[in-house]
Amino acid sequence: MNLAEKILARASGRDEVKPGEIVQSRVDAAMANEITGPLAIKAFREIGVPKVWDNERIVLIQDHQVPADTVKSAELHKIMRRFAEEQSIKFFYDIGRGGVCHQVMVEEGHVLPGDLIVGADSHTCTYGALGAFGTGIGSTEMAAVFATGEIWLRVPSSIKVNFCGSLREHVAAKDLILYVISLIGASGATYKAMEFTGSTISKLSIGERMTLCNMAVEMGAKAGLVNPDEKTLRYVEKLARRRFEPLKSDQDADYEKTLKIDVSRIEPMIACPHAVDNVKPVKSVEDVKIDQAFIGSCTNGRIEDLRAAAEILRRGRISKGVRMIITPASRRIYLQALREGLIETFIEAGALVTNPTCGACFGGHMGLLAPGEVCISSSNRNFIGRMGSPEAEIYLASPITVAASALAGRIVDPIEYLED
Amino acid sequence: MKIAGKAIVFGDDINTDVIIPSKYLTTLDPKELAKHAMEGMDPSFADKAKEGIILVAGKNFGCGSSREQAPIALKYAGVRCVLAEFFARIFYRNAVNIGLPVLEAPGVSKAVNDGDFLTVNLEKGEILNETKGEVMKAVRLPEFILEILKDGGLINHLKKKIGGK
Repeated sequence: MNLAEKILARASGRDEVKPGEIVQSRVDAAMANEITGPLAIKAFREIGVPKVWDNERIVLIQDHQVPADTVKSAELHKIMRRFAEEQSIKFFYDIGRGGVCHQVMVEEGHVLPGDLIVGADSHTCTYGALGAFGTGIGSTEMAAVFATGEIWLRVPSSIKVNFCGSLREHVAAKDLILYVISLIGASGATYKAMEFTGSTISKLSIGERMTLCNMAVEMGAKAGLVNPDEKTLRYVEKLARRRFEPLKSDQDADYEKTLKIDVSRIEPMIACPHAVDNVKPVKSVEDVKIDQAFIGSCTNGRIEDLRAAAEILRRGRISKGVRMIITPASRRIYLQALREGLIETFIEAGALVTNPTCGACFGGHMGLLAPGEVCISSSNRNFIGRMGSPEAEIYLASPITVAASALAGRIVDPIEYLED
Repeated sequence: MKIAGKAIVFGDDINTDVIIPSKYLTTLDPKELAKHAMEGMDPSFADKAKEGIILVAGKNFGCGSSREQAPIALKYAGVRCVLAEFFARIFYRNAVNIGLPVLEAPGVSKAVNDGDFLTVNLEKGEILNETKGEVMKAVRLPEFILEILKDGGLINHLKKKIGGK
């Protein structure tokens, strides 16, 4: 069996599962944020069960509209707070205590190798970076999980992506995943799992692996996974909040399809408006002037991303006419960036540093775009209206490309720009 | 379960950000959400759908975020059923769970025109296009999904199960 199958077999108490089978599974953890949580709480109350199935395995995180931008948002936060108190939810990350939900789940030790985790957020697939099966669900289904700790899942078939070779300078994990999306398409992995493997993966940090798994859902995938290795175990050793059992794909496991990619040939990539699979090499996108540059989100708001951006922004000042927003993905990352002097670099270069939040990526409450404006973003979606006006345009790229473009005032290939 | 209504047809990869833009997600009121259904594609959609329609789409309908507000907005705007080439998985589950019938029907986005009058038989997985006099086959729903839909969604279904014990 491959990793996805092994995790689902364990979670459903079976020796073996096959793609297409529907299995009733027990989850190791469940996560909801303040956009999806209040609907789940409402549905949970309708079910009529007085207590949640396990108050130590449900994690509630406020991240989308923080701090509250409107009275309505404040009401959503209040619903979450009350429920956490009433149900004695042990892990409730209120404003200022956590950050972007997926980052918090990983760095606070709620995601462990071999886990099955459901989250009421589509980017729950990020957890595959630690060898866990993480998948997004909706609010009503989350209510049923709150009540029972169980969910039915169809065992997905898996696509294996085998990366070999070393990344060129100024090419990042984001460029890899954009490249893969260009091959698979926005729906090419619908209902499937994607397993990222190969010699390149072992060299990537946990944060970089999270970037890969995070965007699996942009191809329709149910989960993105990386087999746990020494690096994974070292990472979770100190964080783990409970016992876990790492699982790995068998050598002879079945895959629906295998892609082989030599990463040394990949150049900086960019997803052009208005589809995540409208991917091109950055150098082929010429003369696009930008109004806003954004670095943040569960895709690319981690310390590696901030370090890479700072290294570039140290070279100059953000171009006149461009506003740059930088959002560390969590309070831990924010603190680390402060200690390393990165925040100072950003502010000196003319960027605006915000509190950890889904904010600008999600177009919910800040950093919105006006009609006709262009944004280059390190986030995950460039759908019409995603970051504000439906008449704005969003380009998705790596934090390196975003930072270089912020200095240039237009979209630039960081390799060409930084060598000049 | 038989469902009838006029078709409104959309293309491929209709994502949840256009079904219900994120700026409206702070409301929990389904009627308020319904006013903005499909606003990203067609601001007059809510008006067109209010008599009760069948939404027909291409491949990967509902891709993007996990927001259940997307099927809720459609349901309360007057969408009685969604027919698509295939669905993004979270949207599909969410729709079933809130009691909005969804049916995969390969070829449907080409065979149906805007305004065609359709009758859908969920048990049989059959679509009758009354305007054209054609019958189309859809992928039949598994029995347990049909049951959830018949109960009006997962919560009622669970209540019935718990109450029945």
